[in-house]
Amino acid sequence: MKEKMMKITPNVSWKDITPGGVITKSGNAEEFKTGDWRSMKPVWHEDKCKHCMLCWVVCPDNSIIPEDGKIKGFDFDHCKGCGVCTKQCKFGALDFVVEE
Amino acid sequence: MAKLVEIRWHGRGGQGAKTASLLLAEVAFKTGMYIQGFPEYGPERMGAPITAYNRISDEPLRVHSNIYEPDYVVVVDETLIKSVPVTAGLKKDGAIIVNTSKTPEEIRKELKYDGRVYTIDARKISEETLGANFPNTPMLAAVVKVSGVISEEVLLNNMEDSFKHKFANKPQVVPKNMEALKRSLQEVK
Amino acid sequence: MAKRVSLSGNEAVAYAMRQINPDVVAAFPITPSTEVPQYFSQFVANGQVTSEFVAVESEHSAMSACIGASAAGGRVMTATSSCGLALMWEMLYIAASSRLPVVLAVVNRALSGPINIHNDHSDSMGARDSGWIQIYGENAQEAYDNFIQAIRIGEHPDVQLPVMVCYDGFITSHAVENLEMCEDAEVKAFVGERVAPYSLLGENPVAMGPLDLPPHYFEHKRQQAEAMRNAKKVILEVAAEFEKLTGRKYGLFEEYKMEDAEAAMVIINSTAGTAKKVVDKMRAEGKKVGLIKIRSFRPFPAEELVAALKNVKAVAVMDKVDGFTGVAAPLHNEVRSALYGAAEGKIVPGYIYGLGGRDVTVNDIESVYNDLFKAIETGKYEVYNYLGVRE
Repeated sequence: MKEKMMKITPNVSWKDITPGGVITKSGNAEEFKTGDWRSMKPVWHEDKCKHCMLCWVVCPDNSIIPEDGKIKGFDFDHCKGCGVCTKQCKFGALDFVVEE
Repeated sequence: MAKLVEIRWHGRGGQGAKTASLLLAEVAFKTGMYIQGFPEYGPERMGAPITAYNRISDEPLRVHSNIYEPDYVVVVDETLIKSVPVTAGLKKDGAIIVNTSKTPEEIRKELKYDGRVYTIDARKISEETLGANFPNTPMLAAVVKVSGVISEEVLLNNMEDSFKHKFANKPQVVPKNMEALKRSLQEVK
Repeated sequence: MAKRVSLSGNEAVAYAMRQINPDVVAAFPITPSTEVPQYFSQFVANGQVTSEFVAVESEHSAMSACIGASAAGGRVMTATSSCGLALMWEMLYIAASSRLPVVLAVVNRALSGPINIHNDHSDSMGARDSGWIQIYGENAQEAYDNFIQAIRIGEHPDVQLPVMVCYDGFITSHAVENLEMCEDAEVKAFVGERVAPYSLLGENPVAMGPLDLPPHYFEHKRQQAEAMRNAKKVILEVAAEFEKLTGRKYGLFEEYKMEDAEAAMVIINSTAGTAKKVVDKMRAEGKKVGLIKIRSFRPFPAEELVAALKNVKAVAVMDKVDGFTGVAAPLHNEVRSALYGAAEGKIVPGYIYGLGGRDVTVNDIESVYNDLFKAIETGKYEVYNYLGVRE
């Protein structure tokens, strides 16, 4: 299959689009930057964080980045600002503030 | 000139008129002829009058309508004569064959038909040879004898094979069916 | 070597299925389905095929299962009829728009109501715009041949569409007739193995059937339409290869005594045979009559039909369905639309005939040709006609 048929862009023509809307590549959600849907955003206070990782468990967009069993930071390209992580934090390590 | 024989069967649901028409198609097919065997489906109830048809020809058959002017009519159940116009359209130089214990002269009085009338007591033959009332084997023999679409010899040879195949699990009934066929060829009158 | 056999249309199609040995057959096994799945399930039980037979709880499920199996890369088929096809409706569109080859034997029967199980073309004609290829056949031989060819047509890389193989209920499905069957090995070689461009399974699995919003849906439909256009060429290519194998010739439609014909008929399925008999009779009487039997209704061979009808003065278009447009039934609509700009005063009446199993005789067909000659002579005729209805 031609590489261009793998790529569904807003401008793809009927000749190049995949038949029946077949999605040929797995894990392609990463290519869609959903971060700009955000009107509220989580703010992390590293000093209060116990690295219990429950925020990572509940995040529906896989936007909390772990490293060696600890929170490293946020993927704001994909975080839609749902606030679930801030709601569940028992240590006051996550605030939910208006996006500016 | 193509030879085309058209046959109409009248029976009741469950008596085997459709099966008999398919058997006739099958034996004629084996002699190299072009055949059609088809039922006219109605409500498909046990006992309801049903009609089945055969076309047999030495040329390819194309017409796909029912048969309105048959060469032969076969009546598998004589009680139908009272309720179904069995002789409708039947050609004057054709013939009708009725399953009855009556004589052709007696049955003719019940039919509005001036052509040839044949009878066969298929019930009696069937009960005496097969032990039950399966009229379609005798009726098949009768229509072959009267119409001459295939020879009696071809019928007997082919049907023996068919019976052996059909009754592979109970070969003892094959000679009985063959006897029914042979007796029927003799007794149609 | 061909084998000469006597079979009913349903038996012939079930035998073709056995010879093809598909991966999956999913079917709803009783009325309003056909005997085809019943015969085929016997082949499965006897070990004559290696197919997975999925007995489902409805026709909607039958088509859903076929779609899933085809999406997984399998060669898939089923059979249905009448209201059974109607119950598949939603899924017909899914199969076609997902570009999934499935071969469906449609035994043409009336749609209720009033309740009727007899032959006409209401079922498949209702599904004519579902995106399926539709191939029609006159008798058991053509049903068998079309079924084998349908595999190759639908699975062709330029097509990738599901195919309905249509033949008349009872008249063809339940009548025993002569036909020639291919050897099992010949069919196996002819159909080959399915090569699916995408599959849910295998080394490069894909996702199918996504939400398709306004930015892309239209492009997908445009591409699907192109696949249907491509099918015309593929139907002819497959037919040419099939002719090499069997000697039996097929096209987009069959022309019968059309050379120099003044009055013609365009017709579908078994009544074409009856009409050929009438053509022979009237030709013997010196009347210039001919017949065109449509084989491929979807895609519709418009340009080819215009060329074939170029010299006729009058053509009767025969529909075994009433489209209820109040203007013209489906085939009549297509033919008149094809002739737009090329009709040049041609007389093109439509006849609705044989609804709900009403028998059609040689006399009925002859009366249509006689109508055409009268129209040529007087210039007067009715456009919308019913043949064989009690007035």
